[in-house]
Amino acid sequence: MTEANFSSSMDKTSRLQTGFGRYIVSLKYALHVITHPFDGFWDLSREKKGTMAAAHTIFILFLLTYVLKLMYTNFQFIMVPIQYINVYQRMASLALPFLVLCLANWALTTLFDGKGRFRDIYMGMCYALTPYVLIQLPCILLSHMLAYDEADFYSVLISFSEIWCAFLVFVALMEIHDFGPGKTMISIVATVIGAMVILFLVMVFFSLLSDAFAFFASLYKEIRFRLN
Amino acid sequence: MKKRLQLFLFAVAFVLILPLCAGAITDGTNSVYTYNFDYWGEIMESPDAYRVEETITSASLGLDVAMESPQSLYVQGNKLYIVDRGNNRILEMSRQNGKFSVDRIIDRAIGAEPETFNNPNDISADQEGNLYVADTNNNRIIVMDSQMNYIKSYIKPTDTTFDQSTDFLPTKIVVDSAGRVFALATNVNKGLIKYEPDGTFAGFIGANKVSYNMWDYIWKKFLSTKEQRAQQASFVPTEYRNIYIDEDGFIYATNTTFNEGELLGDAARPIRRLNSLGDDILIKNDRYPPIGDVYWEEGLPDNNYHGPSRLYDITVMENDIYVAVDRMRGRVFGYDPQGILLWAFGTRGNTGNSFNGAVSIEHMGTDLIVLDEYAARLTVFRTTEYGQLIYKANEQYLQGAYEASAATWKEVQKLNANYNLAYIGIGRAQMQQDDFEGAMENFKKAYNRTNYSKAYRYYRQQWMEKNIHWVVIGVLAVVIFFVVRGMIRKTRWEVNEHDRSKLFKQHG
Repeated sequence: MTEANFSSSMDKTSRLQTGFGRYIVSLKYALHVITHPFDGFWDLSREKKGTMAAAHTIFILFLLTYVLKLMYTNFQFIMVPIQYINVYQRMASLALPFLVLCLANWALTTLFDGKGRFRDIYMGMCYALTPYVLIQLPCILLSHMLAYDEADFYSVLISFSEIWCAFLVFVALMEIHDFGPGKTMISIVATVIGAMVILFLVMVFFSLLSDAFAFFASLYKEIRFRLN
Repeated sequence: MKKRLQLFLFAVAFVLILPLCAGAITDGTNSVYTYNFDYWGEIMESPDAYRVEETITSASLGLDVAMESPQSLYVQGNKLYIVDRGNNRILEMSRQNGKFSVDRIIDRAIGAEPETFNNPNDISADQEGNLYVADTNNNRIIVMDSQMNYIKSYIKPTDTTFDQSTDFLPTKIVVDSAGRVFALATNVNKGLIKYEPDGTFAGFIGANKVSYNMWDYIWKKFLSTKEQRAQQASFVPTEYRNIYIDEDGFIYATNTTFNEGELLGDAARPIRRLNSLGDDILIKNDRYPPIGDVYWEEGLPDNNYHGPSRLYDITVMENDIYVAVDRMRGRVFGYDPQGILLWAFGTRGNTGNSFNGAVSIEHMGTDLIVLDEYAARLTVFRTTEYGQLIYKANEQYLQGAYEASAATWKEVQKLNANYNLAYIGIGRAQMQQDDFEGAMENFKKAYNRTNYSKAYRYYRQQWMEKNIHWVVIGVLAVVIFFVVRGMIRKTRWEVNEHDRSKLFKQHG
């Protein structure tokens, strides 16, 4: 490459290092990550190739894809009682476990020499969801072009995207924490258990909170009743 | 830090919102009289398919001795038999101009030993008009001619396959056109007892399979002590509750003892259609098998009955529509030959259109007669316009009159917009008229996958034929786009290369 070309590309890179340009580049980097997961996830946070904004974007797209899939996939392939669907509830039922699992993973891997910070884990997980969006979003359209006996095309694509995502999650955790495959496997199992513990604690906390609240509320009522 | 806080707040918000979003599904058991299911098995209130024509009690019949715990109905032609078990007699009634009157009281078989009945439970008749009575506590099925003269009786088979240690207590009987007798008996769980016309025992047919799950088996076999095992119920096949023989000689059997969890998966099969080998050949083309109600809740606070439907009796009309009666909720379920629920109606109660102890159901034409054991009352139901339209549309479709059938379904739709079969019927007629888009619309409304898929294939073919030029143009446009882009890139690269070589020349 010539000096002129090189310097112009340097300009381009430095321009892209800040602001909106960097966001777009980091979003495009998702395509690199899902095709080159081992290098991709390593560079994601260590080389600052990924941004939180891009991660949020992918995450929101993931939730939207899920909801759109439920609502607009042809009824031949997905039978959803559309009259009972609560979009926010469905999104929450996906987002909450996701965040809790990230949290549990962070909490546990910190104890086991994991190199990743919480934002690294979150970012990695979000980037790993890219195939879900890329494949399942067009699948909604595809579902309107297929008859029921051609459902195999559809289901193969869907399972392919899910397997890809699962693989990416595995590689992401491996690279982010600099673990070997065995340790990653163990950390995943531990993460699931950890997430359950977190949910249990949250539930206990809220039930205690509501009990405490009810106690003070009745105390207040009682006093008001006595004063009258 | 700020972002982390945001994240945390999000998480908390989700936890708080979650319980608010939870929806509740109720089975709507108490408020609705006539209904059908939507695709999800939800109860959709519908117009009445049947209304009470009359109620018949001992008083309205002018009986000297009131009926006591009547058990069974049997219809032949315009004759209706009621087995009045408590009085050890059978009432023979006939219907003239829509009115029932008692013709005679059958309380003995002249010349039999003993002559009178003891706890009779069922009656049936063959083509010649001979009457067959399941005379339970006399341990016999007694046959007499139409003048009540004793002919013969079927007694306990002496065959080794028959358990000789218990009493022979026949409870339900049917007679086929060849004079073969099929009977159910208390304590016999090997299926239907079959007798040849000459009275010899011809074995059992249609035995229920023993049902137990793996855990039960392990628990019983390995984890229980001998004493515990003696206390536990043994794995035995269940007995049928009732039987009915249709015009083609197939036996419909109902079964009320089953594992609740196996109903929806079609393992319990409370309604069966048995062929001569005893195989169940009932057609089930609906999302839910014919089991009565598809949602049930345990012990609702405002009713005293819970659990799934218990179908105590079944009858099959001339148009192959079968109707079963659920004693648990006092409901009547009508299914078409494909196993699709046409309507369900009824409730528990003491009024004429509700039941407390529905034990038996029969039909005369399309009229239904339901017997309430506790109230000792018969209720005669007659179709409404809505019910008639459903039957008419079904028959027209079976005869191949698709357009007429669609017109009738449209009438049904006017009365009940929630009727899936109407959408399917109209969609099928539209398919015949090559209106695939309209058919798809209707099949979609009924959530009918298979038919929608068929219609869609035709529609897609049609669309392709109509728009093939656009498809070709589109594909060409894409190809041209890439070719041109490639050419432009190549040219640009060549220009760059040229510039570079010039640069090298200058500096080199």
